[in-house]
Amino acid sequence: MTQSVVVQVGQCGNQIGCCFWDLALREHAAVNQKGIYDEAISSFFRNVDTRVAGDSGSISKGKICSLKARAVLIDMEEGVVNEILQGPLRDVFDSKQLITDISGSGNNTGSGLGTFLLKVLEDEFPEVYRFVTSIYPSSEDDVITSPYNSILAMKELNEHADCVLPIDNQSLFDIISKIDLVVNSGKLDTTVKPKSLVISSAGALKKQQKKPFDAMNNIVANLLLNLTSSARFEGSLNMDLNEISMNLVPFPRLHYLVSSLTPLYTLADVNIPPRRLDQMFSDAFSKDHQLIRADPKHSLYLACALMVRGNVQISDLRRNIERLKPSLQFVSWNQEGWKTSLCSVPPVGHSHSLLALANNTCVKPTFVELRERFMRLYKKKAHLHHYLQVEGMEESCFTEAVSSLSALIQEYNQLDATKSMPVPDIPRLSIAV
Amino acid sequence: MSIVTVQLGQCGNQIGFEVFDTLFSDSHSSQGLCSKRENEAYRASCKERFFNEEENGVPIARAVLVDMEPKVINQTLSKAAQSGRWKYGQHAYFCQKQGSGNNWAYGYSVHGPRHEESIMNLIQKEVEKCDSLSGFFIIMSMAGGTGSGIGAFVTQNLQDQYAHSLKMNQIIWPYGTGEVIVQNYNSILTLSHLYRSSDALLVHENDAVHKICAKLMNIKQISFSDINQVLAHQLGSVFQPVYCAEGSFHYRRNPLEGFKDPALYTSWLHPIHALNVWKTQRAFSKYEKSASLVSNSQFLVKPLDMIVGKAWNMFASKAYLHQYTKFGIEEEDFLDSFTLLEQVVASYYNL
Repeated sequence: MTQSVVVQVGQCGNQIGCCFWDLALREHAAVNQKGIYDEAISSFFRNVDTRVAGDSGSISKGKICSLKARAVLIDMEEGVVNEILQGPLRDVFDSKQLITDISGSGNNTGSGLGTFLLKVLEDEFPEVYRFVTSIYPSSEDDVITSPYNSILAMKELNEHADCVLPIDNQSLFDIISKIDLVVNSGKLDTTVKPKSLVISSAGALKKQQKKPFDAMNNIVANLLLNLTSSARFEGSLNMDLNEISMNLVPFPRLHYLVSSLTPLYTLADVNIPPRRLDQMFSDAFSKDHQLIRADPKHSLYLACALMVRGNVQISDLRRNIERLKPSLQFVSWNQEGWKTSLCSVPPVGHSHSLLALANNTCVKPTFVELRERFMRLYKKKAHLHHYLQVEGMEESCFTEAVSSLSALIQEYNQLDATKSMPVPDIPRLSIAV
Repeated sequence: MSIVTVQLGQCGNQIGFEVFDTLFSDSHSSQGLCSKRENEAYRASCKERFFNEEENGVPIARAVLVDMEPKVINQTLSKAAQSGRWKYGQHAYFCQKQGSGNNWAYGYSVHGPRHEESIMNLIQKEVEKCDSLSGFFIIMSMAGGTGSGIGAFVTQNLQDQYAHSLKMNQIIWPYGTGEVIVQNYNSILTLSHLYRSSDALLVHENDAVHKICAKLMNIKQISFSDINQVLAHQLGSVFQPVYCAEGSFHYRRNPLEGFKDPALYTSWLHPIHALNVWKTQRAFSKYEKSASLVSNSQFLVKPLDMIVGKAWNMFASKAYLHQYTKFGIEEEDFLDSFTLLEQVVASYYNL
């Protein structure tokens, strides 16, 4: 079982991270009834005897004493991190895990420092996989320079990340609206189990979820939990993080995965029959459940992973793959491009769940749009001087970045071009017997 | 004569458990049509082959468990111990933390050499506990990274170190559609390597066993546990003692000898023979089973051909190759594997 370190950068990263640790504690508390520090919990937490100072306080087995998150919290301002340290999660981090500086960097931290870190991690720990969840700006983004930040960040993501899970706020917001509709639909006999909401946090964060970002961040936190569940918990077909990369990344730079989570909630009322298992699979391929706006069904699949949790067996999985396959287009050399996993432990509040990760050319429009917004600004050199003032930044950084993105878009274009072509008949080796 | 079993990866370990459980249950179940004396001989023979006697009477499986991550081994060891009827050796396992990432190259070129000494030592210890070793039974899947890659590596080592003992590999052929995306690459690399170092390859296809569960056993929601149990029953029937030609009351001493017969050599035994009431089967029916297996020896050519075809298609586009080359398996190694397997396919078609 692998252990993972979560690096949370900037306001966005830290707020999501906060939700994640909250949910992770809840999930492990539900499974780990005896309070023993086991392999599963060691994936994200250290066990420390807080009475002992320094590194000798860490305990590798036995009863849980005090859990510390395997996390590094980075921000250029103290505000967000301070809030975390004063909140209910304060004991989960120790002071050595925080890096804050007083001078702000004006909406550049996550994208800039965050992606810089990727290169550092690659140099220091070349064998350790780097998974990045990135929040992509929506077109109504109020940060004017966000296209610059995004393109510069994309170059780093292209070159130094093993796997990127792009997410956009609009999709998260749409998911929340959909849930609100169900929860507030006014029907007396439809009650949703509160803990089962993909947007709900655990008991620790009891404060009112007045900010919409809290609910949205919880969705991303759930994504991270489900991504790692098969590595942490037992199942009949395990899948570790390195298998995600191995199976879903056919060419090094094509490592952007569209994620869909289902179910978004569970109905509490026992009179309503539980959502049929097959419905869960169908939902995973519906745009309503995606964490980024894209249209995979009308684009080309390079690979697809289905990570199932709970009481689901191999026959259920196979039946649904057969059922859904005809409506999806896979690239000619990967017609059966499915990677699957079965984890026995469902998420809290559910009997089963599914995370679908698709490597699909449908991400191309997002990148094309990013490039267009970048070019609109760059042609006029608008706001460029702010960046060029920083030591080490030159115009060549910008031209290289946009060319890296263009090359990526071109790779997707070439694959898309194969969509309507017939499957090539490649002659096999002929052997003299 | 004893068999040392090596179970590799999640698949190998999950199946290995079911096999030992089945063998144990069978040897202690009702004797059916045979006499009491016969039954005792049967039981003793089975025990000697697969189990070591412990002081307090709980038999210990003659097995080495290998996996590159701990969850499955932990589960397997505890399931056996909990049954109270038999168990695995306390130190008979080797495991790591990170898994092989479904990467044959990582299993074969990184994990294999890195852990060669530890794994071979464990096997050696098991061998030393046998009065006389008949051979090795290696259980592995082809689709993943550990069973396939390390399985191929270990089999090669066994060939070098124990040249006079027989090696039989139980390989699990993955479902045709998607368990692992790179399963075809992993499969051709595994088969081409095993072809050179294994004495016999016993194949079970997940698709075939799945059909048995669905159509013959009418199981509605088929789990891997169901599949593995059917598999174990079939394997059990192959491994339980059989009479040799000399006549009754002498069980064939070397259970793997039957596979030295040239007619059976490299034959791919087809698993689609449903076992109905396997428990009452003793010696005679084993012969019948052996005969019918031979006649199906060409049956696996089609699936083999299909796997080679799909792998070739993917190879032509160079997809996923960077994942293998970064651990030292180059395009040339792939080509060697393709060439060898195309020869196998051609030879079978010419039979």
